[in-house]
Amino acid sequence: MEMHRDDLGARLGMWIFIFTEILLFGGLFLVYAVMRHRYSDEFHQAAHQLNAFIGTLNTVALLLSSATVAMSITAVQKGEKRMGVLFILITLVCAGIFLFNKYLEWGHKISIGLYPGSDMMIGLKHGYILFFSLYFFMTGLHMLHLVVGSIILTIIMVRIQTGSINAGRITLLENGGLYWHLVDLIWIFLFPLLYLIT
Amino acid sequence: MAETTTHSYLENTGRYKGLLSWLTTTDHKRIGLMYMWAMMVFFLVGVILGEIMRLELFRPGQQFFNAQTYNGIFTIHGIIMIFTVVIPGLAAVFGNFSMPLLIGAHDVAFPRLNLFSWYLFIAGAAIALASQFMGNGPPDTGWTFYAPYSTQTHTNVVAAVFGAFVLGFSSILTGLNFIVTIHRLRAPGMTFFKMPLFPWSIYATAWIQVLATPIVGITLLMIIAERWFRIGFFDPSLGGDPILYQHLFWIYSHPAVYIMILPAMGVITEIIPTFSQKRIYGYRAIAMSSLAIAGVGYFVWAHHMFTSGISTTERWIFSLLTFLVAIPSAIKVFNWVGTMYKGSISLKPPFIFALGFIFLFMIGGLTGLVQGSLATDIHVHDTAFVVAHFHYIVFGGVGFAFFAALHYWYPKMFGRMYNFRRANIAFAFMFIGFNLLYFPQFILGLMGMPRRYFDYLPQFTAGQQISAVGGWLLLVGIIIMLVNLFSKKGAKAPDNPWGGKTLEWTIPSPPTVENFENIPEVTEQPYNYD
Repeated sequence: MEMHRDDLGARLGMWIFIFTEILLFGGLFLVYAVMRHRYSDEFHQAAHQLNAFIGTLNTVALLLSSATVAMSITAVQKGEKRMGVLFILITLVCAGIFLFNKYLEWGHKISIGLYPGSDMMIGLKHGYILFFSLYFFMTGLHMLHLVVGSIILTIIMVRIQTGSINAGRITLLENGGLYWHLVDLIWIFLFPLLYLIT
Repeated sequence: MAETTTHSYLENTGRYKGLLSWLTTTDHKRIGLMYMWAMMVFFLVGVILGEIMRLELFRPGQQFFNAQTYNGIFTIHGIIMIFTVVIPGLAAVFGNFSMPLLIGAHDVAFPRLNLFSWYLFIAGAAIALASQFMGNGPPDTGWTFYAPYSTQTHTNVVAAVFGAFVLGFSSILTGLNFIVTIHRLRAPGMTFFKMPLFPWSIYATAWIQVLATPIVGITLLMIIAERWFRIGFFDPSLGGDPILYQHLFWIYSHPAVYIMILPAMGVITEIIPTFSQKRIYGYRAIAMSSLAIAGVGYFVWAHHMFTSGISTTERWIFSLLTFLVAIPSAIKVFNWVGTMYKGSISLKPPFIFALGFIFLFMIGGLTGLVQGSLATDIHVHDTAFVVAHFHYIVFGGVGFAFFAALHYWYPKMFGRMYNFRRANIAFAFMFIGFNLLYFPQFILGLMGMPRRYFDYLPQFTAGQQISAVGGWLLLVGIIIMLVNLFSKKGAKAPDNPWGGKTLEWTIPSPPTVENFENIPEVTEQPYNYD
C-alpha cells in the first residue's frame, strides 16, 4: 500500500488531542473553582506559602521556551538546520530550569512536612489542605506533561539534526511545538491561580 | 502491491503470517474484527456474571454468596459491560470496519494510532480484570465508584479505576481518529450532507468521546490520589465533598450513554432503508438530531443525582433538560417508522433485530422519563426499576443494534451468508428471554426492590424467578446466534446480498485490503432507491 501523507489531517488530529488535554486539566480547574469558592480566605492565606518569585521565574522560563520552539519552526522552514536544533536545545534548557525550580519548591515543602497525607497536613484547616492538595496535584500533573513534552522535543531535535524533519516535512515539529505550547498554556493558568491570589 | 487490490483482507499478504499478521495489522477492517472478538469474550464473561447474580437472587436469603461477594460480582459485571463492551461498542467494531467503507475511504486517517487504540483497549481490560485477583479482593463499590466508599474500601479500587482510565484513553484516540477520518477522507463529491447516516452517528459519537472522556479520566486519577495520598477533594474530614465526585463522574458518564446509543441508532438507520427498499425519511432530521443528542446530552448529568441532596433549582433544571434530550431520540423513531411506511419490506434477520431494537429502545426510553420526572424518581431511584430501564436501553437498545449490525454486515465481513431461520429462532429466544428477564424488574422496583442487593423480602420472589427463567432463555438465544454465525461456513456471499445503496455494497464480500481499487466519485444523495 502506498504511504499517503496528510499534513492537514495530522494537524487537525493534534489540535483535537490538545483539546482533550485541556479538558483533562479542566476537571482539576473545576475542583479548584469549587473549593476556592468555599474556602476563599484560607486559599488566600495558604497561597502565601508559595514563592511568587520562583513562580515568576518558571513562568518566564516557559514563555521563553515557547518562543524558542516557534523560532525553531521558522528556522527549519528556512532550511537553517543548525538554528533549528539550537532553538530546541534552548527550549529543553528552559524546561530543565523549570524542573529544577520545581524540585526546589516541592523538596522544601516535603522537607517541612507539607505534602498530601502528612500528619502536618491533616492537622491544618480544610481550606489549607485543599489548596496544597490542588497545588501538588496540578503542578504534578503539569510536570508529567512537561517531561513528556521534553521527550517529544528531544526526539524532534534529533530528527532535525538527521534531516528527517525539514522544510518539506515539518508537521512533526509543528505538532510537537503545539504540544509544548499547551504545556506552557496550562502553566499560564496555574501560575496566577496558585501563586498570585494573595 | 497489487495483492492489496485483489486479495481479501482476511488473507495474509504482508510480512507476517498467522496471528502475528493480525497483531501488527493497521487495516481498519482487521482492527474492527479484533475489537469484536475481544468484546465478545468480555461480553460472555459479563453475561455469565449476570446469570450468576440471577442464580443468587432466585430465592430470598443467601444461596451461594454473601453480600461482600455479591457486591464484587455486580461491580465487575458493570465495569466489564460498560467500559469494555458497550462504550467501545458499535463504534469500535463497526465504526472501524464499516465507516471507512461507507465514506469511500481506503482506511482511517491514522491507521497505526488505530492499532495502538486496540492495544490500549486490551491493556485497560486486562488491568481492570486483574483487580479481581489481586491482594485485597475485588472492588465492591459498583461500577460508579462513588466516594467516600471508593476512597476508603480496602478492595482493589485502584486497579479497576486505572483500567478504566486506560480504556478511556483508547476511546479518546479512537474518537480523534474518526473525526479526522470523516473530515479528511470522504470520497470526492461526498459532502457532509451526502454522507450516509451511520458515519454521521459515528461523527457525533466521536466528538462525545473526545470531549467527555477526559473529565472521567481526571476524576479517576483523583480517586487514585485520594486513596494513595489523601488529597481530600471528596473527603469531608479534610474539607472535600463527595457530591463533587458524583458531579464529575456523571459529567462524563451521562454523555457516555450517548456514546453507546448513537452508533446503534446509526446502524438501525442504515438497516431500515435497505430492508424497506426506500429512501430514509427525514435525512437531515436524523443527521441534526444525532448532533442534538450529543450536544444536549452534556447538560443532563445531574438526573443521576436527584436524591443526593442537590438543590431544588438544580433538580428542576436538569429534569427539564432531560425531557428535552428525549425529543431528538423520539424524532428518530418517527423517521424510522416513516421510512418503513409504503416501503417494500423484507423480513430478513437484520431487519428483525432492528424491529426488536425499536420496541425495546422505546420501552427503555419511556421509562427514562419516569426517572427524569422528579417526583417519580424519588420513588424509583436505586431500585430495580432503574436496572430494568438501563438494561432495556443498553442491552435491548445497543445490544440488539449490535446484533442487527452483525447480521447486516456479516456477509461483507466474512464473505459468507448464514442461516436465516436459525438467526430468527435465536432472535425469538433472545427477545422473549430479554423481556421475561427485565420487565418484571420494573414491577419489582415499583414495589420497592432495591438494586445491588443480594437478598430481598419474600414478596419479590415470583418476579425474581420469572427474571431468572428469562435470563436462561436469553442465554440460549445468544448461544444459538453465535453458533449460527461462527460454527460453520455458510454459502458464499454476493457483493450486495440485501440490495443496499451505500458504498460498501459496491465492493466485493469480503473487501480487498484497499477496499476500493478506485475511490468512487459521489454525485447522488444517499439511499437513492427511487
